Amino acid sequence: MRLLIANGYVIDPSQNINTGGKSLLLEDGRVVGVLNRGDEPADVEVFDATGLLVAPGFIDMHVHLREPGQEYKETIASGAAAAVAGGWTTICAMPNTDPVNDSPAVTRFVIEQGQRAGLANVFPIGALTKGSAGKELAEMGEMKHAGIVAVSDDGRPVANSEMMRRAMEYATGFDLTVIDHCQEPALSKNGVMHEGRWSLILGLKGMPAAAEEVDATRDCVLAKLTKARVHLAHVSTRGALDAVRRAKELGLQVSCEVAPHHWTLTDEAVSEYDTNTKMSPPLRSSDHVGALLEGLRDGTVDAIATDHAPHHADEKALEFDQAPFGITGLETAVGLGFDLVHQGVIDLERLVALCSTNPARIFGLAERGTLRQGAWGDVTILDPNFEWTFDVARSKSKSRNTPFDGRKLKGAAVATIVAGRVVYLHPEFERINERKHGEVSVQ
Amino acid sequence: MVFNRKHLLGIRDLSADEITHLLDTAETFRDVSRREIKKVPALRGRTVINLFFEPSTRTRTSFEIAAKRLSADAVNISVSSSSVSKGETLLDTARNLEAMAPDCIVVRHSMAGAPQHLAKMCNAPIVNAGDGSHEHPTQALLDALTIREYKGRIEGLNVAIIGDILHSRVARSNIYLLTKLGANVRVAGPGTLVPEHFGELVDHGLRIERRIEAAIEGADVVMILRIQRERQDAAFFPSMREYAVHYGLHLDHLDHAAAEAIVMHPGPMNRGIEISSEVADGSRSLILDQVTNGVAVRMAVLYLLAGGGREAEEEAPPKKNGNRKVNRK
Repeated sequence: MRLLIANGYVIDPSQNINTGGKSLLLEDGRVVGVLNRGDEPADVEVFDATGLLVAPGFIDMHVHLREPGQEYKETIASGAAAAVAGGWTTICAMPNTDPVNDSPAVTRFVIEQGQRAGLANVFPIGALTKGSAGKELAEMGEMKHAGIVAVSDDGRPVANSEMMRRAMEYATGFDLTVIDHCQEPALSKNGVMHEGRWSLILGLKGMPAAAEEVDATRDCVLAKLTKARVHLAHVSTRGALDAVRRAKELGLQVSCEVAPHHWTLTDEAVSEYDTNTKMSPPLRSSDHVGALLEGLRDGTVDAIATDHAPHHADEKALEFDQAPFGITGLETAVGLGFDLVHQGVIDLERLVALCSTNPARIFGLAERGTLRQGAWGDVTILDPNFEWTFDVARSKSKSRNTPFDGRKLKGAAVATIVAGRVVYLHPEFERINERKHGEVSVQ
Repeated sequence: MVFNRKHLLGIRDLSADEITHLLDTAETFRDVSRREIKKVPALRGRTVINLFFEPSTRTRTSFEIAAKRLSADAVNISVSSSSVSKGETLLDTARNLEAMAPDCIVVRHSMAGAPQHLAKMCNAPIVNAGDGSHEHPTQALLDALTIREYKGRIEGLNVAIIGDILHSRVARSNIYLLTKLGANVRVAGPGTLVPEHFGELVDHGLRIERRIEAAIEGADVVMILRIQRERQDAAFFPSMREYAVHYGLHLDHLDHAAAEAIVMHPGPMNRGIEISSEVADGSRSLILDQVTNGVAVRMAVLYLLAGGGREAEEEAPPKKNGNRKVNRK
């Protein structure tokens, strides 16, 4: 089966391709190659990508799919549907399910549920410690054999530095990236939002930026000690980015991601006690947001990840202190990513690198995040100028916990292709395709 | 001036005019409590529910007496007897109460934002009677009424607030109110309970002091906050003894305050800890006047929110409770 994505503007940072008028040929789920005008074969199914951006499939390194155990919030199938609607061809599922993914059995279950859904690639991330309890190492080798792509105790930060050191050392034997949710638990204990002016005004217990910065700095020091590949999840503070920047200068294998809500909103958004502004790490002050934008611009930030964290409406309808942390993000991330392009923070190529090339590199996914010959035929097709309004009522996720309902966005994924198969087509695709810009530009 | 707010959730959102209007209204009600027949018919036929999720004697009683002196029917619900212990959410509890058509719900809750949460989801006017470390607007109003009674003004006064500022809703509401009305506020207490960045709370009129002596220097009003034992357990300070010595208010502190300085405390007091008995029972102490003014302030708030004020000033027709739209957001 062959599919020709014709006449698009192709950006593939892995091959330094950034040109219009190219076609991408997929065959039997794999990439045949990027073709010049005139080289296209006849007798193939054609997907007209005129005026659209064609990129290697986007990889979300950080999602919570709630299955097994909390299917009332999300299932792997509903999460995968939201993912492809948001332009993600691959999603990496954090292990804080019930039971925790600390065994090959749970790992295989997650992979099989992903295959059954048949939408995005669903790659599990294994727990760092058994039950993510921070006491004993989880069976990383067995889980790697079963298919995990990284290890993490996300949501339950490893407080014990000795434990973290051992986990990093052990992970090197299986070439697994260690992801840490940087948060010194004693400093952030009982905190529900960023500590600062707004936490004082609202009388809510704050989580100081220092809690993240202390832990991020520790992880960078341990990365030096262990030579492990360390990835800092959803970095939200100036100090954590400084730690990463310094680690990179030292040549350490340290990387980091940021989540769209952290660069889009500040802690002022909490002012009405809306529990859809409660997440961990919390929305920070404008100084930290400025640091994130700098990091996105200067290359310190490696990836954009959603930290998609669905919760049932009943859980979010509690008092602010009682409501769980987290918001959904799979369907709004690309639109918010385009904000960065339209605001001139980054260019399109960097956006593609942040969402695809770099995540693949960090997790060692050799055949993804690239349009090289032989790679998996995962492709995200985007319209940088499509103006739309996010309507949570139409979300594919089972949950509705987002602060972005009704938000106007410019730029969207219009088609998502996984292993050569179109798994998502924007409902207004025909109209989008009518416009035929001819040339992709950021207006 | 008409007070057009539906709820009283905090002082931060109020204008100086609105605050003054509340205080002026409270002043007119103060006389009611001085009469032999301490009752006016202003809220006859109205129902006020006092929904208290946190133990309180003073505030709950004050609201109850205020409602009754306005001829409203007051119903008290405290956490021990509420259905919250049966696992019902705050929202469901409030909606069930609302189905019984109260004209006002007074809420006290240990979590910041609980009254805001109810105000968003319910139809009845909500009065915040203290929410976590957020606000306690009627306390600030009764403190201001007391200051005005004894000093004749708020503007230009130097006010020292001493103690656990970080966790205090009383301190926050007072800082907003006093600075809006032009007072100069200095706060002091242990560094753990008066973080340096607390000064960012308001744009002007607030100063952070490390030593209580510096805050008291030249102060016209000294407000002492209650210290809670659990703060010691959480290692905010080493011992009650040390707190009493270094951060408690003693008689000789007042030598450095302004002449005729007054001393206030929101209660309940820990005698010998944050305030010595000599000060608490001394001539400068207005602690019991605060309690008296508390009833007047709450009468004013209930009158303005539960419909009495609106009818009197706008001659609006009586509300038809049967037609009230329930917001099922």
